[in-house]
Amino acid sequence: MKLSPQWIRDYVDLTVDDYRLGEDLTNVGISVEGISGSGVDTVFEMEIGTNRPDAMNHYGVAREAAAIYDLPLKQPSALSCQPSAKYSKDAPFPITVEEPELCPRFSARVIRNTHIKPSPKKIAHRLQLLDQRPISNAVDATNYVLWEIGKPTHVFDMDLLEGGQIIVRKARNGERLKTLDGVERKLTPEDLVVCDAKKPVGLAGVMGGYDTMITEKTRNIVIESAWWDPGIVRKMSRRHGLHTDASHRFERGADFESTVLSCDLVAQMILESGGGELVGDVVDVISKKMDQAPVILRVSEVRRILGGGLDAGLIYRLLKRLGFELIPEGQSDAQFRVQIPSWRLDVEREIDVIEEIARLHGYDKFENTLPAYSGAVVELPHAPVDATLRNRALALGYNEALSLTFISHADAEKFSVGAQVLELENPLSEEASVMRTSLVPGMLDMLAWNLNRDVADARLFEIGSAYELSAGERIEPRRACLGATAAGVAAALPAGGALDVSKGEQAAAAEAFRGFKGDVENLLAAFAGEVEYDRTTAEYFHPGRSARARVNGAVVAQFGQIHPEVAAERKLRQDVFLAEFDLERLYEIGLRRVKFSPLGKYPAVERDFSFVFGDDVTFEQVRRAVDAAAVTELRELRPVEIFRGGSIPAGKYSVLLRVRLQSDERTLREDEVAQWSGTIVTALTKLGGSQRA
Amino acid sequence: MAYTVPKLTDYSAAALEKAAGECIAACVSEASEVRNDADLKAFRDRWMARKNGILTQINDLWLKGAPKAAKREAGIRVNELKARITELVEGAHVSAGGADSLAAERVDITLPGVRRAIGAEHPVIRTMHEIVGVFQKLGYSVAEGPVVETDYYNFEALNFPPNHPARDTQDTLFIAGQQSKAQRERLLLRTHTSPVQIRTMEKMRPPIRIVIPGTVHRNDPPDASHSPMFHQIEGLAVDTNITFGDLKGTLDHAMKALFGSSVKTHFRPSFFPFTEPSAELYVTCFICGGSGKRGADPCRPCKQTGWIEVLGCGMVDPNVFEFVKDNGYDPKKVSGFAFGMGVDRLALLKYGVDDLQYFFQGDVRFLQQFG
Repeated sequence: MKLSPQWIRDYVDLTVDDYRLGEDLTNVGISVEGISGSGVDTVFEMEIGTNRPDAMNHYGVAREAAAIYDLPLKQPSALSCQPSAKYSKDAPFPITVEEPELCPRFSARVIRNTHIKPSPKKIAHRLQLLDQRPISNAVDATNYVLWEIGKPTHVFDMDLLEGGQIIVRKARNGERLKTLDGVERKLTPEDLVVCDAKKPVGLAGVMGGYDTMITEKTRNIVIESAWWDPGIVRKMSRRHGLHTDASHRFERGADFESTVLSCDLVAQMILESGGGELVGDVVDVISKKMDQAPVILRVSEVRRILGGGLDAGLIYRLLKRLGFELIPEGQSDAQFRVQIPSWRLDVEREIDVIEEIARLHGYDKFENTLPAYSGAVVELPHAPVDATLRNRALALGYNEALSLTFISHADAEKFSVGAQVLELENPLSEEASVMRTSLVPGMLDMLAWNLNRDVADARLFEIGSAYELSAGERIEPRRACLGATAAGVAAALPAGGALDVSKGEQAAAAEAFRGFKGDVENLLAAFAGEVEYDRTTAEYFHPGRSARARVNGAVVAQFGQIHPEVAAERKLRQDVFLAEFDLERLYEIGLRRVKFSPLGKYPAVERDFSFVFGDDVTFEQVRRAVDAAAVTELRELRPVEIFRGGSIPAGKYSVLLRVRLQSDERTLREDEVAQWSGTIVTALTKLGGSQRA
Repeated sequence: MAYTVPKLTDYSAAALEKAAGECIAACVSEASEVRNDADLKAFRDRWMARKNGILTQINDLWLKGAPKAAKREAGIRVNELKARITELVEGAHVSAGGADSLAAERVDITLPGVRRAIGAEHPVIRTMHEIVGVFQKLGYSVAEGPVVETDYYNFEALNFPPNHPARDTQDTLFIAGQQSKAQRERLLLRTHTSPVQIRTMEKMRPPIRIVIPGTVHRNDPPDASHSPMFHQIEGLAVDTNITFGDLKGTLDHAMKALFGSSVKTHFRPSFFPFTEPSAELYVTCFICGGSGKRGADPCRPCKQTGWIEVLGCGMVDPNVFEFVKDNGYDPKKVSGFAFGMGVDRLALLKYGVDDLQYFFQGDVRFLQQFG
């Protein structure tokens, strides 16, 4: 909103320059965000809060300035000419208000035999400074008064008002009104309209009608200045998608006491520029008095809220400067009865008055203090888990990312089968029309973003919520997601550490999977409980290169290479790997509690076994077979090398296994180790393996 | 000249002392010349070998050749010497040698190191943690609440009455299909973290001090300074004795902790439906230090004003307490302050990032700058 400081100076004799004025206004909450132009053409870019419609005009801001500098305020000059004797016998212009609650006050004036022409230069120039387009003297007069004292008014061509009267009523079903913007609007009984004897001629407080507007031919004018209920104006403005300078003020609350003044100001401007005669006195229909009850202000309450030592005298002076009337109540200046000015509909309660004291006094003048406190400090229950996961992911080289919380319908269906989505009523786009039910689409988009910008080895993680409905209730389950491109996984593998030394793509894929699985294991290792892996994963994973992890039967993660078709659909330039973690389950399981176990005092012995197995034998089966052999001194079994091809028949693979044996009580003897080795060999042979020499 | 074991003729104490001293000196010197494992083995053999090692020679030449009268004294001496030499030989190790030879072994220390990838913290989350940390140290607990919120918590209980123009400033994203519900139960995406104030006060009786980090949404199309999703941190303190001075003092302290002790704060009146009096907090620009200039150039982050708006705050409006009055929040007895700040914008300013969208793209080239 633009205002002219030069215009503000019409109402108060300021000695400060425009910059200082801007700063001082800002410090009392009348925010001057920018200053442009120079001299008399200087313009303030204002930002006035929705609670201060009284300051959305020049006089209102001048009133604030007068309070700041404690200077007298000059009221805009009201009508100086007298009604013409020619029409002294005419009856007052008939106004009927059928909705007194919604239109408590309706003031009007009539002017006859005037001429419509361009506004005087000074008026036009002032409006142009505010980016307002001058139209004609009569229309500009209403606009000028709106920017002068903040009261919207309207002018009708009186000869176009059928029946020569105005009725304020609800619209009837089927009625229509072409508004000044040329749009034909369908009305309903929820609309409040200004009508002549036959038809609506204005949408109350929002916009006037096209068919009764001022034209070059207009000679006789009715000036309307009403006070409309803020709620009805807001509803109509929203329903008709029509936000105007008038509706903006009415829906925030105009000054009830300025209806007559605004009529007079408009009338004066029209008469001065276009000539003509004033008909009779102002017609002022007050159907309901505005009730602004006085507020009791306790000095003790001022101190309880603001702190410090504001005394009753200062409080009195500050409020007086803002137009409040104060009457001391009881003894010893302990409290006041405060009468609120009519333009301050936002001030209704004691606390509102306290704010007025604080802002005019100056916020920076209050002493900074620190409160005493005796409560306890509580951490969020899942914070340690989130912190652990985050630290581990960072340490493993994954970059922390945040993706948007909206996804498309198609992605919600693909990546969270069966989830009930929360759809947006007013989404920003089709691609962002539902709340994410999974972190996967966002992660895939981020990986694609990197691949499309030649960042081949991206590794990212995100911790966040998914949003869905479960049995009609909204839930926000916490999730974590790791994402890595194939190059990212490969770059993180230790050099020269390949387990599967066979040639070919399959062996490389097995290595990549193992590399990524290691990261998943490192995250899950933070939690209590044994992790079990199986092949059941969602359809968007590669069925042969993905796994799910369970702890005590509860699925805590699924991970692996993304399905090639999904990768193709999203035009991913590389294979990518994803891991999804269900944090709600992991919160339940909880972090692993560290328990010290003594370090072995006696030397460990390692033994290698080379076996050939059929491809259907998994390492898990090998591990279980060795476990079942119940060698209590067995500390570790691990695969050291896997090989397919060469002398190994198709459908089989060779594996070099290494066991570590150790006792807590003594150094192992050669014969014991030999015996246990035999047990292990027997177990593996029983599993279908054949030992290689 | 390599050390050789001399024959002894003079078996006086002084002569024995001198001979032993020379032998030890030779051993120390040779030990320091050991450059590799082969040297070490040769050194050990030369001194310790049973057959013709130096100790064996000393045994032969000094002890066996000793006159009878001196034999006992010589025996003690030689045993001491043996113990010392054995110690020296066993303690000998491969050493790098003198400055010259070590210089020849130099590597190019300017070659880049082998750097294992370290993940980078997201700048917004990092900033969020910093801010939360400051308030935790001041005794604030962390609280959270849902992102998909009801009209009641996001607006009504925060003193935004239905149909109030203040709601327009929030550019709300609504959940579809809510028309059949009562207005206060309709779902929307919270436009601020303030609803958690109400949720927390419903659960906890005063006194409370909480800080609420979280994701919020507004219907703002993405551009360099807007995003439909962003992050806020809200704070709330309620007790029987909280004043506007406490609000100012607390935030002044927090800003100094966040931006440095030389930062100044400035409070300006503002409007929020759920606080009164309401204020905007400005700090001296942490880019230009409050001068409004960077060298000869204008400081852009603070638009040359020297001040940066950091957050909105105010005393909790009594109307808000009315909604949780039953849980001990009688506005006649308690008072409190609340504040809320946009984390993304602060991170933007702090790191000089010129486009908000970088935060939500997951671009590794961007993220790694914060590693």
